[in-house]
Amino acid sequence: MNIIKAVKLAYEYKRYGEDGQVEETLRAVDGVDLDVKKGDFVAILGHNGSGKSTLAKQINALLVPTEGTLYVDGMDTKDPEKVWDIRQSAGMVFQNPDNQIIGSVVDEDVGFGPENMGIPTKEIWERVEESLRSVGMWEYRHSSPNKLSGGQKQRVAIAGVVAMHPKCIVLDEPTAMLDPVGRKDVIRTVRALNMVEDVTVVLITHYMEEVIYADKVIVMDDGKVVMQGTPGEIFSQVDTLKKYRLDVPQVTLLAYELKKAGLDLPAGILSIEELVDNLCQLKSNM
Amino acid sequence: MSIKIEHVSHLYGEGEAFEKKALNDVTMEIPDGQFLGVIGHTGSGKSTLIQHLNGLLKATSGTIYYNNEDIYQENYDMKKLRSKVGLVFQYPEHQLFEIDVFSDVCFGPKNLGLPQEEIEARAKEALEHVGLGPDFYKKSPFELSGGQKRRVAIAGILAMEPEVIVLDEPTAGLDPKGRDEILDLVAELHQVRKITVVLVSHSMEDVAKYVDRLIVMDDGKVRFDGTPREVFSHYKELEKLGLAAPQVTYVTHALKEKGWDIDTDATTVEEAKNAILKALKRPLKKTVSEKTDPGKGAAL
Repeated sequence: MNIIKAVKLAYEYKRYGEDGQVEETLRAVDGVDLDVKKGDFVAILGHNGSGKSTLAKQINALLVPTEGTLYVDGMDTKDPEKVWDIRQSAGMVFQNPDNQIIGSVVDEDVGFGPENMGIPTKEIWERVEESLRSVGMWEYRHSSPNKLSGGQKQRVAIAGVVAMHPKCIVLDEPTAMLDPVGRKDVIRTVRALNMVEDVTVVLITHYMEEVIYADKVIVMDDGKVVMQGTPGEIFSQVDTLKKYRLDVPQVTLLAYELKKAGLDLPAGILSIEELVDNLCQLKSNM
Repeated sequence: MSIKIEHVSHLYGEGEAFEKKALNDVTMEIPDGQFLGVIGHTGSGKSTLIQHLNGLLKATSGTIYYNNEDIYQENYDMKKLRSKVGLVFQYPEHQLFEIDVFSDVCFGPKNLGLPQEEIEARAKEALEHVGLGPDFYKKSPFELSGGQKRRVAIAGILAMEPEVIVLDEPTAGLDPKGRDEILDLVAELHQVRKITVVLVSHSMEDVAKYVDRLIVMDDGKVRFDGTPREVFSHYKELEKLGLAAPQVTYVTHALKEKGWDIDTDATTVEEAKNAILKALKRPLKKTVSEKTDPGKGAAL
């Protein structure tokens, strides 16, 4: 079954003038059809203002479609009775870790979600332990969140979502404010949740290197889905991506430039190992 | 003309239980016209360091000379220093507050007490420099895209006619094209207006592409100082400091480990491409018996 299914989904932001009349409308999401299978790792790319975040907020029912329908785990997000169930099924992690952490101690912060769900105390603590271990932050359970690095805070925020046992996690640029190691730790955590716990992941990012592990990459432009495919398929189209104000991982760009210079390399190389192996093979055939 | 930082230490919460040494005896000089990159993990002291450059934070000990004048001496004109050393914070768009773009850019020069004509001339010039024409003057800053808002924030600093511009992660949250556009703009200001630039960044690929000199902060100290090529050759130590090298540097090092006779200092796509093309033609080094026959092995 599809955990997320969008049919002709659209969202319009409206600006109202002083007299209450609509002065301007902006169609941020425009006719998106989308199917995300349970357990998939889907990455969404697109330039600033392409509609990615508006789409993400709809999955969490923070925004309700102005046209079309969005089903999350079989529930229509327009159904007001289902809002809390939807938010429990699809947890959300945002860009700035400082805006998401409310507890003064790490384990209390993580327990906040399950507590709100009315989970018995004993089970809350079990969930806190399990989710802090899954993001590798168990040893910091008694720390104050403001003593943590950005990457660590972001992993605590992820644990807070995991503790609610969601089927799906939507991450909206979770690494934009982090240093390289913080970035790597967060992405590794997300991949582990996806592979080990089978949590469906929707990752929005501007860092192309973070996308190479996804099952499927979706490129948005002007509110529409303009490209869809595996990372290899997407990143082999360097020029098309540039047209959409995007980029490819640096190693993919290097392979592309080498190919242009006459080397016989396959299109859409994604990792350092892949490029090194291909180059070594080329060399041994010389 | 330069910024000289001499034995600067900074303690947060001095004498309290949470006392933390954010800067620990930093000494360095930023010469005129340099494009300096600053990297370091979160909490390494980068932001504390740059906030000393225009006197926003005062050193607990040590001193700073701007153009050979001690900025901590009595009667030093801090206001003038702040107009000469412009600071663009992270997410500068959060600091846009005027009713339209033009008024926002005028705010800085207005505070300098300049005549109205001069203020407007400067604002126009600054906006032109960041590529925002008259169509944008009357727009609300909130109608602009992320990249455009950053341009307005940078124009606001440029209108003060600074000699030094310090940018704290100016590209965080921008899409790849927006990232390139802002950094190209900064590089152009550096070249055309001869402004000294200090760029704090988490993107190793970006600093490798743009800066002349790179310093690495860790635990309040400067750990490495050199050209990007020099600094990134220490990529294994950088990883321990929460950093990394650009992806292409890892490619050339991996090839070297496989026995390629290759220049491993590449930090940009162009450099790596040339190094690989050159090395492809050279025979492999014998990797196993490197000690007995260094570098002279025949092709495998």
